[in-house]
Amino acid sequence: MAYVAIADSDPHMHDPDTFITKYIWSQDHKVIAVQYSITAILVGVVALTLSVLFRLQLGFPDTFSLVQPNEYYQYVTMHGMIMVIYLLTALFLGGFGNYLIPLMCGARDMVFPYMNMLSYWVYLLSVIILLASFFIPGGPTGAGWTLYPPQAISPGTPGIDGGIVLMMLSLAVFIVAFTMGGLNYVTTVLQARTRGMTLMRMPLAVWGIFVATILGLLAFPALLVAAIMMLLDRVLGTSFFMPEMLSRGEILDYGGGSPILFQHLFWFFGHPEVYIVALPAFGIVSDVLSVHARKNIFGYRMMVWAIVAIGALSFVVWAHHMYVSGMNPYFGFFFATTTLIIAVPTALKVYNWILTLWRGDIHLRVPMLFAIGFLFTFIHGGLTGLFLGNVTVDLPLSDTYFVVGHFHMVMGVSPVLVVFAAIYHWFPKITGRMFHEGLGKVHFWLTLIGTYSIYLPMHYLGILGVPRRYFAYGDTEFIPESVQTMNAGITVAALIVAAVQILFFINVIWSLWKGPKSGPNPWKANTLEWLTPDTPPKHGNWGPRLPEVHRWPYDYSVPGEKEDFIPQTEPPRAGVIAGRDHGAHD
Amino acid sequence: MNISLLFALLAGAILVWWLLVRRLQTKPWLEQGIIEEQGAVDAPAPRVGLWVFLAVVTSLFGLFAMVYTMRSEFPDWRSLPDPSLLWVNTGLLILGSIALQLARGAAARDDLAGLKRNLTAGGVLTIAFLVGQLIAWRQLTTAGYYMATNPADAFFYILTGLHGLHMLGGLWFWGRASLTVWKGLEKSTMTEVSGVRLRVQLCSVYWHYLLLIWLVLFSLLLST
Repeated sequence: MAYVAIADSDPHMHDPDTFITKYIWSQDHKVIAVQYSITAILVGVVALTLSVLFRLQLGFPDTFSLVQPNEYYQYVTMHGMIMVIYLLTALFLGGFGNYLIPLMCGARDMVFPYMNMLSYWVYLLSVIILLASFFIPGGPTGAGWTLYPPQAISPGTPGIDGGIVLMMLSLAVFIVAFTMGGLNYVTTVLQARTRGMTLMRMPLAVWGIFVATILGLLAFPALLVAAIMMLLDRVLGTSFFMPEMLSRGEILDYGGGSPILFQHLFWFFGHPEVYIVALPAFGIVSDVLSVHARKNIFGYRMMVWAIVAIGALSFVVWAHHMYVSGMNPYFGFFFATTTLIIAVPTALKVYNWILTLWRGDIHLRVPMLFAIGFLFTFIHGGLTGLFLGNVTVDLPLSDTYFVVGHFHMVMGVSPVLVVFAAIYHWFPKITGRMFHEGLGKVHFWLTLIGTYSIYLPMHYLGILGVPRRYFAYGDTEFIPESVQTMNAGITVAALIVAAVQILFFINVIWSLWKGPKSGPNPWKANTLEWLTPDTPPKHGNWGPRLPEVHRWPYDYSVPGEKEDFIPQTEPPRAGVIAGRDHGAHD
Repeated sequence: MNISLLFALLAGAILVWWLLVRRLQTKPWLEQGIIEEQGAVDAPAPRVGLWVFLAVVTSLFGLFAMVYTMRSEFPDWRSLPDPSLLWVNTGLLILGSIALQLARGAAARDDLAGLKRNLTAGGVLTIAFLVGQLIAWRQLTTAGYYMATNPADAFFYILTGLHGLHMLGGLWFWGRASLTVWKGLEKSTMTEVSGVRLRVQLCSVYWHYLLLIWLVLFSLLLST
């Protein structure tokens, strides 16, 4: 039977004609991707501003009085929650996932475009609910981003009136939005790939986003369960998580609940969440490194297996976040073991990235710089993770700045560097114009050096025993004078890094209007998104015919070829296959 | 904790199975030319989408079941009486599921009268189930079992409520399928007919699955 591409015969591919259906109520995955990205980045800027405010307090506690103790906790909480969920999760999956999956798989759109549109608008609603908590009496919740009960809903914690309720509602709405998007991403990858695009010919970026979405679909329900139950504890006075409590001399109406139960639920979501953010970053970095090193990715199969293995393992490590909650030593042993095991596929990926660079024809363009920067920060953050994965090391370090340094390195700076790498890498495709190279390089170096000067000293503070979560230290015996100096230094670095991000926005806006035309494939890459008939791609992506895929996406610098790249749509050459040198891969 | 570990193992097993089935051990750098592979599984995309959604639903209810069992072992747990009405409701839901299965068969045979009859019956039985659940709630509240009385009561309301919400979502899709069937099937083209077939099919799958979840929840409620 002759092959009929599903999307080629799709009668429902109406072209949107009005401004509103094109850019606002759009069902086009590319527009939705941009909507997701802009919303996520804007709310991320809010979170960045909050961090500047509380860093000023930490660095110069007596100079500025911008922040009161209550606000300090509220800002820290909102900073964490926004960065992890509303920025990184939404940007990697809703933003890059939406843009890249159909283009890289050779589909015309997501399989359920209407639901995809709904996903964005529900996400926007969750952001609005979250930000609304700044404008209600009592302000947003100050429970810390982990929202542990009983403290999250006990008198004395800021935002107990409305803030915590809005937080729970917003999370629940976000999960609905994510599920609608996630169904699309998974089904599109499974069912809507173009002819010849087998699973093992997908670029690693798609693999990372795909597995991360599966993790999200299975893990977010845990957060939903926790949010629903805590909401009922707070609003209706049930006692799922709330134990019998004496608060300010009064016995509360609660009794019998288990706070530890919440922790299990939260981290059953929370640990996979780390990989929901990390796996897309892994995938994107693999593609960026390969393209700009003009070399095939080292160990493609291993990279795919590692992504799948990390995804599976990430569900059995959650309790390493709970060593200090007290647990059976065997339990701790089990989780320490699984935690260290997950380092194996992760390290394998790191080696493969480095081996991809080995003897490559490396072009140090801006996306490549950010990708290599990611290697440094990720190795660094990963190694301190090995420290913290061990129960005996974790216990003394758990409540110190060592942990803050660790997770910002591995889960803050690293993914954000990949976000920048990805934006600089795909900017020519999204807009059809090049960004300013020099400005991008300045942005990179100041960001990399700046973030190192923020988080490296934090590890030292942590080993000194400086506790985290404190508004001000005052005169504390075990904290030497030098700690205050170091905190001031960290704050200065943080201010510089925050200010430097303005360069990025200037670059994006300037390039949108004034950037030179990029052409369809400025990096000479192989993957399908660079082979669209129009740049930026039009609605439906591929013109009258879908592309057909003849090879894997990493045929760079193939010996005996004129060009150093062979696009995926290039049919096999007669006589070339047999004599081809596959080098060390066989 | 055992259930959650089981759940994790199950997820792992599915992944491993998938690994084996999909033969991820091919060497893509050696293969050139077109490899035919229309979708990972031989099913229309909406069907695959439904399966993925059912996996999410499983995760949600599985986690609730885990939390339920963990919390029920605490000393302050006071079981509530199980209203005998729940047995009637269960029967209604089973009948609804059967009716939709019949509708699915009728759609496959192009038996329009049978499709209309069974599709309507399925929806009406489901609505009756939901009304029955509401009456069961009323019975419990008049007997003095409120949300905040005991975690056992709170769980009862959450689990039945959440299941009911999922049924309502199913009814929305049922309603859309019914509208097409009742309004314009006589004068429609072949593609729309096959669209209706698929929709009824998906409804029946969803109903069977929610019935299964209800049976698990019901036995869980009875066992404590």
